Amino acid sequence: MKSLALALSLFLLVPSAFARDSFKVAWSIYVGWMPWGYAADHGIVKKWADKYDIDIEVVQINDYVESINQYTAGGFDACVMTNMDALTIPAAGGVDSTALIVGDFSNGNDGVVLKGKDSLKDIAGQKVNLVELSVSHYLLARGLESVGLSESDLTVVNTSDADMVAAYATDDVTAVVTWNPLLSEILAMPNSHKVFDSSQIPGEIIDLLVINTKTMEANPKLAKALVGAWYETMALMSSDSDAGIAARTAMGTASGTDLAGYDAQLASTKMFYTPTDAVAFTNSPALKDTMQAVAEFSFDHGLLGEGAPDAGFIGIETPAGTYGSTSNVKLRFTPEYMQMAADGKL
Amino acid sequence: MKKLVNFTPSRPWAWLLGVIPLVLVIGLYIWGSNARLAENPNDKLLPSFSQMGNAMERMALQPSKRSGEYLFWTDTAASLRRLGLGIAIAAVVGLAFGLLTGAFPVVNASVSPLLTVISLIPPLALLPILFIVLGLDELSKVVLIVIGVAPFIARDLQKHTLELPREMLVKAQTLGANSLQILLRVLLPQIMPRLIDAVRLSLGTGWLFLIAAEAIAATDGLGYRIFLVRRYLAMDVIIPYVFWITLLAFLLDVALAWFSRVLYPWHHRSDKS
Repeated sequence: MKSLALALSLFLLVPSAFARDSFKVAWSIYVGWMPWGYAADHGIVKKWADKYDIDIEVVQINDYVESINQYTAGGFDACVMTNMDALTIPAAGGVDSTALIVGDFSNGNDGVVLKGKDSLKDIAGQKVNLVELSVSHYLLARGLESVGLSESDLTVVNTSDADMVAAYATDDVTAVVTWNPLLSEILAMPNSHKVFDSSQIPGEIIDLLVINTKTMEANPKLAKALVGAWYETMALMSSDSDAGIAARTAMGTASGTDLAGYDAQLASTKMFYTPTDAVAFTNSPALKDTMQAVAEFSFDHGLLGEGAPDAGFIGIETPAGTYGSTSNVKLRFTPEYMQMAADGKL
Repeated sequence: MKKLVNFTPSRPWAWLLGVIPLVLVIGLYIWGSNARLAENPNDKLLPSFSQMGNAMERMALQPSKRSGEYLFWTDTAASLRRLGLGIAIAAVVGLAFGLLTGAFPVVNASVSPLLTVISLIPPLALLPILFIVLGLDELSKVVLIVIGVAPFIARDLQKHTLELPREMLVKAQTLGANSLQILLRVLLPQIMPRLIDAVRLSLGTGWLFLIAAEAIAATDGLGYRIFLVRRYLAMDVIIPYVFWITLLAFLLDVALAWFSRVLYPWHHRSDKS
């Protein structure tokens, strides 16, 4: 009976917490995550996996939310996502997750665009097209706070990111919130004004590699190999050597643009090219405040589930202290493995 | 030894055989759900029936915190309005085209090739064009359903009109009927039950396009809600919504069948049931 239950639980994708030697990592296209595709294609991941004598399969998923859902369901051991999605999907779903790598934060990659108006205040009374409940929604809420408006002053229209650019081309869409590369395409259209962007809330929209905590604790080798591969790729792409330019060109091509386009996107992204920077960011008290703002937004929008009595229902552990419930910690930020990379101990 | 092909189960057996797979599926679901929830009480992938009940109670019986609306009912109303409008327009357009092309060879010659070409365009591929031309509001969603369903109805009715016995038309002309009278008194009454059949068959397609359109841009609707809560894996909402859509589709189908029987009993006389 027990073996049958185990077989079924495998069939139902329940990740097993035992030590294993083969793992799956999911990533999707975004400027700050292209290095994963490059590292997988160019043998960097394999090199590090071989070093620790494990097997890592890196899978590209076309649909970002679907990749997180798959990770939450147990189909992947690690997955790239933003800090807000890490809280609202796996952590709210009871899957204890750890931000293994803090890769970058959005520094202008997400923005609010108005057609024919050039001040954020003018958004009042308009219909605003965005991917509801995503970081765009969070950015809008933070923007509205800054000019004393609230969401009740406008109408949010849920619009799929795939159709955002086409939607903006129609006359009745006058306000959108979106991210790159869509953002730059929309800004290239006539009469478009960027009235608020993520550089005005620096460090709040963070891009992470999130790993299942149980899996990480049972298999530190996996964490070491992933972090090692990541920072090797970072060192390569941040250099202006021929190899670095070739790497950035490949990443640009893979994300549907070219070297110039990819460099432009990198310019509005604060990449943590060195583990030291990422560790400093993770250790700073600001991270805890950011996660509190994100948790409060998520709670207000019903994203923490109906069982959540308050924004602190899900505990978020950061080096500067834990926000929310200490008995229900489901999201953890730890500089542990990035520190190893900084110390050259991988 | 009876051959298997000749073995017909008696009524109670047939009923039982029909229920067994359903019970098995539900049983397997409950077992899987319990297994996952025992592992992780917050698991969202396979919610228990009580979790789904709570979610539905919240959606249907409590006003939403953000808008004060009863979301489940506003979603249902919005979706049914779009579907009803789209199918009704498609039925009228389909009937007009089907009848006219079936009745008048000259119309058939000029319209039929176009109709065939239009019916071959995958409507979902047109969606971005529709949004750009018609905007993101109700109009483009209804038009998508019309484009998806009308050509099918038109071609189906055209076929049935052409299949009606030519002798009837000759007979009507012998009795002095003109073209318009033949159209309205001979062809139309015989095609109406066929129209209801065609609408019943195309309801599934209609739902498909409705959900697809709502998934892309909307502020309410059953498809919108499913794709929205997918963002945080709220299966306790998604699964009941899918059941509800299935139930609505079934009820619509039954209602149309009943209408057909009441309005056109002669058409169903050959039916065994």
